[in-house]
Amino acid sequence: MPVAIDHYLFLSLALFSIGVVGVLTRRNVIVMLMSIELILNAVNINLVAFSRYWGTVDGQIFAIFIITDAAAEAAVGLGIILAFFRNRETVLADEMDMMRW
Amino acid sequence: MDSVLFYFFSALAIASAVLMVTRRNIVHSAVFLITALLATAGIFLQLQAEFLFVVQIILYVGGIMVLFVFVIMLVNLDLSLHLMQFNRMKFVSTILAAVLAGQLFTAFWITRNSLNLGPRGEAMAQPHNTESIAQALFQNYMLPFEIASILLLVAMIGAVVMAKRKV
Amino acid sequence: MNTPLPYFLDHIWLIPLFPLLTAAAMLFFGRRLKNDVVNYLCVGSVALSFIHSVGAFFQLLSLPAGERVASKILFDWIPATPFHAADGSLRYFSAPWGFQLDPLSAVMILIVTGVGLLIHVYSTGYMAQEGGYYRFFGYLNLFMFSMLMLVLANNMLVMFVGWEGVGTCSYLLIGFYFHKKSASDAGKKAFIVNRVGDAGFLLGIFMTSALLGTINFNEIGPALANGHFASGDPRITAIALLLFVGAAGKSAQIPLYVWLPDAMEGPTPVSALIHAATMVTAGVYMVTRMNYVYQLSPTALEVVGVIGAITAIFAASIGVVQNDIKKVLAYSTVSQLGYMFLACGVGAFTAGIFHLMTHAFFKGLLFLAAGSVIHALSGEQDMRKMGGLAKKIPVTYWTMLIATLAIAGIFPFAGFLSKDLILGKTYEKDVMLWLIGYFTAGMTAFYMFRLIFMTFHGQSRVDHEVEHHIHESPKSMLIPLVILAALSITGGWLSWPEIFGGNSRFVHFLEPVIAVPHLAREEATKGPGSPLGELKLMLLSEGLVVLGIFFAWYLYIKRTSLPGKIAKSLNGFYELVYHKYYVDEIYDAMFVNRAKDLGLALGAFDRNIVDGLGVNGAGWLTRAISRLSMWWDTWIVDGSVRLGSRIVWILSFPVRMIQDGSMQHYMLLIVIGLLGFAAYYFHLWHVAGH
Repeated sequence: MPVAIDHYLFLSLALFSIGVVGVLTRRNVIVMLMSIELILNAVNINLVAFSRYWGTVDGQIFAIFIITDAAAEAAVGLGIILAFFRNRETVLADEMDMMRW
Repeated sequence: MDSVLFYFFSALAIASAVLMVTRRNIVHSAVFLITALLATAGIFLQLQAEFLFVVQIILYVGGIMVLFVFVIMLVNLDLSLHLMQFNRMKFVSTILAAVLAGQLFTAFWITRNSLNLGPRGEAMAQPHNTESIAQALFQNYMLPFEIASILLLVAMIGAVVMAKRKV
Repeated sequence: MNTPLPYFLDHIWLIPLFPLLTAAAMLFFGRRLKNDVVNYLCVGSVALSFIHSVGAFFQLLSLPAGERVASKILFDWIPATPFHAADGSLRYFSAPWGFQLDPLSAVMILIVTGVGLLIHVYSTGYMAQEGGYYRFFGYLNLFMFSMLMLVLANNMLVMFVGWEGVGTCSYLLIGFYFHKKSASDAGKKAFIVNRVGDAGFLLGIFMTSALLGTINFNEIGPALANGHFASGDPRITAIALLLFVGAAGKSAQIPLYVWLPDAMEGPTPVSALIHAATMVTAGVYMVTRMNYVYQLSPTALEVVGVIGAITAIFAASIGVVQNDIKKVLAYSTVSQLGYMFLACGVGAFTAGIFHLMTHAFFKGLLFLAAGSVIHALSGEQDMRKMGGLAKKIPVTYWTMLIATLAIAGIFPFAGFLSKDLILGKTYEKDVMLWLIGYFTAGMTAFYMFRLIFMTFHGQSRVDHEVEHHIHESPKSMLIPLVILAALSITGGWLSWPEIFGGNSRFVHFLEPVIAVPHLAREEATKGPGSPLGELKLMLLSEGLVVLGIFFAWYLYIKRTSLPGKIAKSLNGFYELVYHKYYVDEIYDAMFVNRAKDLGLALGAFDRNIVDGLGVNGAGWLTRAISRLSMWWDTWIVDGSVRLGSRIVWILSFPVRMIQDGSMQHYMLLIVIGLLGFAAYYFHLWHVAGH
């Protein structure tokens, strides 16, 4: 008996939630970025699962683009972290509050 | 066999994710993210999306995670510097995330039997996954493909500019 | 009268006009003229007036006796203005600008222009070295105009114009040396005291208009007759007394005489013309003009007579002890004016006018001669510093002696005849008044000869440097003296007493003017019933006069130390009389200081209340309001603006707090939003039918 789609949905949901918790909770911005990668992966799982159960490849193609985008974003984001670290010597989100009122 | 693989990889993924989020050592978090990504790749394989399985490992793990590790090495501070791993709103955030999860869980649970999906696509079972992707990508999704290439160009330039010592 | 009047009678209005024109000329461009030009203009205009006066007089004589009136109206000055009299009837007040020549005004214009001309000539010499030469003659001519208007007027209001005019000119001329405080003070005193009299005169004019309906001199007589006023009617008495108040002010009778002695501050020609010959006689002229009114009021006549007599003896007593030559003459003038009013008071109006004429001659001469003496002594006026001048300034001496004989009343000089006429009429009416007049005559003789002896005879008490410069005056000053001396001798011969042949031409001439013709004729006959009684009176007065002259000789030539001893022994009395019975001081305390007090009180009121409350109060109020305004602006107007901004600030607090720079906070908000969306879609899905 093949795995029912809802199993994949629950898996995706779990990974998504853990990723959200990581983003909101951790002080280190690198860990925040990694949590964001985790969220994107949860979405990919969802897309591919549905692509499999619909019988089309559109979901997978969307997933390819998401991976592309995640790469670009990680590159730029890490570049920003490096630049910020050079200026302020910190990678903690609490200490990155200059853009306040 | 399907479900065994599925349960194995999903357990691995969730465990890795949880560990990643909670480790004090960033390098440990990175390693656990790698394992989570590898587990995800396994899920892809189990879903007979071979191309994505390969792309996930090469790109995500081999590219992005390597990049992460490089940056971690560059900005790694002494662990004793930060006593707190988690910020002040950890409880509120966890609860809210839990509420969100709960809401979505409820939604999925209630509708788990009414998802009207086609049979497990026989077409997908054909060992032509890469071919189909290629066909769809270069025919139907040509424009997004080109745009994605420009996006990567921009990202590359941006990353170079951001990381330079002197502008 | 449809036949046109002869030239001079038709042109009597030119007589005041000539001096008016030259006065105006002096006003506009007198400053630039040389003294010679001023002489030709000003003296010339008076000469023209004199010629016209003489011409008019003779042409008047040519008219029959009962018709000797020539009127000339130039224009309707005040047209008939209606008003309601006290009894409710509608009356009219009108005054034409009219001139009238009749015997009385003819006599007056001859005196005014004749003596005036002589004094003008005299002034060209006397004022030759003074500054403001053109100003002096301008004022003098203006005075001539005013006096001639007064005398030639045909109604009371035009006469009042002249009345005021002479008062003003008197002020201007007394204060001619305006740099001297005493002179300007004297001018002010003269004008103010005159004003008091003028108030009475004006009230008299108004009452006359209200009662009789007219102020024209020709119409008053008929109006009185038509009104059937009883003798002694209180209204008539009131008019008469009010008019007399004016006369007392102008002619320096008690109690308004105080200005005349002070008026000696003016130049001597002014004293001669104004305060001897002409202006001061205006009061007598006015009373004589209004004789119709006075004769209807025995009370008023009595008042006039009594005041005249008392003034005469009072002033004479002060004159006896004065040491300034001009002051003696001033008090003498007041005294002689008293005689004239005494005459009017007993009904002998023509006698009063006769004495006015002779007085103009000898008093004018006395003042001019005194001026000559002062001129010779380089300004010395104190008789104690004179003496022994007779040989040195002979012409002055002889003319002054003639005048003194005239005023003392020596037969047959002018003063004797006129004074005797008055005393004769007075004896008939009231022996008491005659007695006063009699003794005054004696005192007059005494103090006048005292003046002569102290000034011209005896040891010379003159200051050493002054003595070197003693010189006779120039011809321009001496000729008028001689002419006036001649007139002082012959002037009285117009009215020769009955017992010596009788010549009452003067009295007859003035007859038509006097209300009761038979009274005038009585004057002509003179004397208390019999010529013999008259002779007795004459001898009595001559005797007293000679006695007075003897006393003067004794005290001031024979035993010159005696006057000093007498003065010391009568010390208190002497001081009283010397200080003019302290009348000026009494007036000061009673009236002048009260006026000053009023001024000070009003000043204090102005300072404290008007300025204090009003001006400063307004300032304080303005500042208070501005402070209130400032508070309003700061707290209410600005406050509402600030309130608005503070409300926004307060309301923005929660919104501000959101943007704290922390990424994770923002992300939490996103998650919360997500929760919201999820809940919403749940709800929709639920509602849609599950």
